[in-house]
Amino acid sequence: MSFYHPLLSVVPEIAVLFLGCAILLVDLYLRADQKGINSIIASVGLLIAIVLTLSTSVSERAVFWGGNFVRDPMSDLLDLSILVLCLLSLAYAKRYLRERGLLRGEYYALVLFATLGMLVMVSANSLLSLYLGLELLALCLYALVAFDRDEKRGSEAAMKYFVLGALGSGLLLYGMSMLYGATGGSVALSAIARAVIDQPFHNHPVLVFGLVFLVVGIAFKFGAVPFHMWVPDVYEGAPNPVVLFLGSVPKIAAFAFAVRLLVEGLGNLQAHWQEMLMILSVLSLALGNLIAIAQTNLKRMLAYSTISHVGFLFLGFIGGASFGYASAMFYAIVYALMAAGAFGVLVLLSHKGFEAENLADLRGLNDRDPWYAAMMALLLFSMAGVPPAVGFIAKLLVLQALVDAGLWQLAVVAVLFSVIGAFYYLRVIKIMYFDAPLTKDPVPADGTGRAVLSLNSLAVLFLGLFPASLLSLCQAAFG
Amino acid sequence: MGFEKILFYCFSAIVIGSALMVVTRRNPVQAVLFLVLSFVGSAGLWLLLEAEFLAITLVLVYVGAVMVLFLFVVMMLDIEIAALRAGFIRYLPLGLLIAALLFAEIFFIVGPEHFGLEIFPKPNPQPADFSNTAALGKLLYTAYLYPLEIAAVILLVAIVAAIRLTLRRRPGNKSLDPAQQVRVRKGPDRIRILPMASEPKPVLPKEKAS
Repeated sequence: MSFYHPLLSVVPEIAVLFLGCAILLVDLYLRADQKGINSIIASVGLLIAIVLTLSTSVSERAVFWGGNFVRDPMSDLLDLSILVLCLLSLAYAKRYLRERGLLRGEYYALVLFATLGMLVMVSANSLLSLYLGLELLALCLYALVAFDRDEKRGSEAAMKYFVLGALGSGLLLYGMSMLYGATGGSVALSAIARAVIDQPFHNHPVLVFGLVFLVVGIAFKFGAVPFHMWVPDVYEGAPNPVVLFLGSVPKIAAFAFAVRLLVEGLGNLQAHWQEMLMILSVLSLALGNLIAIAQTNLKRMLAYSTISHVGFLFLGFIGGASFGYASAMFYAIVYALMAAGAFGVLVLLSHKGFEAENLADLRGLNDRDPWYAAMMALLLFSMAGVPPAVGFIAKLLVLQALVDAGLWQLAVVAVLFSVIGAFYYLRVIKIMYFDAPLTKDPVPADGTGRAVLSLNSLAVLFLGLFPASLLSLCQAAFG
Repeated sequence: MGFEKILFYCFSAIVIGSALMVVTRRNPVQAVLFLVLSFVGSAGLWLLLEAEFLAITLVLVYVGAVMVLFLFVVMMLDIEIAALRAGFIRYLPLGLLIAALLFAEIFFIVGPEHFGLEIFPKPNPQPADFSNTAALGKLLYTAYLYPLEIAAVILLVAIVAAIRLTLRRRPGNKSLDPAQQVRVRKGPDRIRILPMASEPKPVLPKEKAS
């Protein structure tokens, strides 16, 4: 490898930080009717960040910045997916924000800083950078949920999110402090991994005790049962574009967080965290899929669907070994893409004074706009795990990892709950195609949104037909 | 050694006692004041660990700035204690059970068995002219430069979020804008010179007499 300056390694992060600050400054000089320029700057800047990430990519693992930062094929792939999805979510949001007078520089700045937090989490190699990245992301999300500050539901959701998020962070920090104490005072994950291997047996209870708190913290951030209480309320209360962002992209970062902490830091304690994740994932699958059936609010339904997908993602971790992690990574990226599309449809159907959020709002969508209905149906089929959409492949890979690990009972449970879950996805499709629409109004015109949605949904179809392109990258990351 | 131990127990007693008072006081202002006391006690404990800089920062930042602000908020808000305590008795058994479980677990884990002096020996005392602050600064700007920068971004986000969520321009607001005040000109802003037709010269009574 040729000479690689440490500054080159953080170029994507620097680009996003610079972009966020630039928007904060430029926004000051824009009149109220010129705020659309922010969106153009953000899109161009994110494209540049994507190019920079590609051009500084690495072929093997390299650690920089005093062991706090790591660049490896996994971080490259996850950085790219985060940046692309961030770009998508901003493109979806523009018309919605403009109609409600929310098209302001702060929105873009907060989304970009949240993206920065996710990039930091993805490339974190110490407890400190992991935690700081997580907090950066969480702080931006709290503010974004309450961004429409005259909306009472948003403020309430933000408050709930903030309090429970702070509790989750507290538990995580407590676990980290135990880990720090038990492994001889080191924050670097590689040093922790070494210490766990050398550890004399007498310190194991402390490690496991800390691990419990860490897993609880991770479950809180992922929204896995029984730490899921905030998910439906936040999804319901937040404005649609914010739900789009916070329901999709952070899942990728949370995956990276779990890999860095559990696999790279505490890989030797796999037997312990495997059991904990098993309980979490079965509970999430059961509760998420069953309660989603009872929802009439589409955002709440998708929130419970998120919970069940998180359960599935954890199954990949339980499968263990490099194939299991690769399948979980594939699942995380694919889920983020599907969720972005599904919430994107809700954003596109909302207009001034009307928030598309109930199942009834989708009634007869096929009569109003056949293309939107077709795209939404594709996304829902994918979430339910119907081929040829990519959701099927993602589920298949996770199940294969489970069976390879000899955990076929878990695989059976997962399939069972997926079948139950398919009911509520298919019900939405039935509502779109066979029910009479409540209103004859055409859907709001939005050329960019239509193009982005088409791109998003067709990507889901493309990945389903040719999964090897993404899968080989995921497997290379854990090669 | 003996005196240090006495100090340690004194400070620990202050921290634990005041922490208990924080959660049991009915009056929120008193609770905040006890929280201040518990911070000061922890600062004393940190001093015993030779972490002078951190101890002083704790007092300056938390006690001096954060808690004073907190006190303001608590005094301004009209907190209804009765409403807060409504579910207290109902949730007490469950809360006590969980607290007892957690306490027992932590007690067994964070005991001398795992964190005793044999496993974590006392660090050697530094010479009197050792600068804690310089050592911290060196570490922060070398080994921990990257996390430090991220922490700075977090502060920036806090500012942006706070401004976005709370800054409003109300139409009837009577606040003064210094920039506008400075920009006042003598010309049309403070003095207005109005063209007025001059009045006809009044006829004085003396002239009339002549």
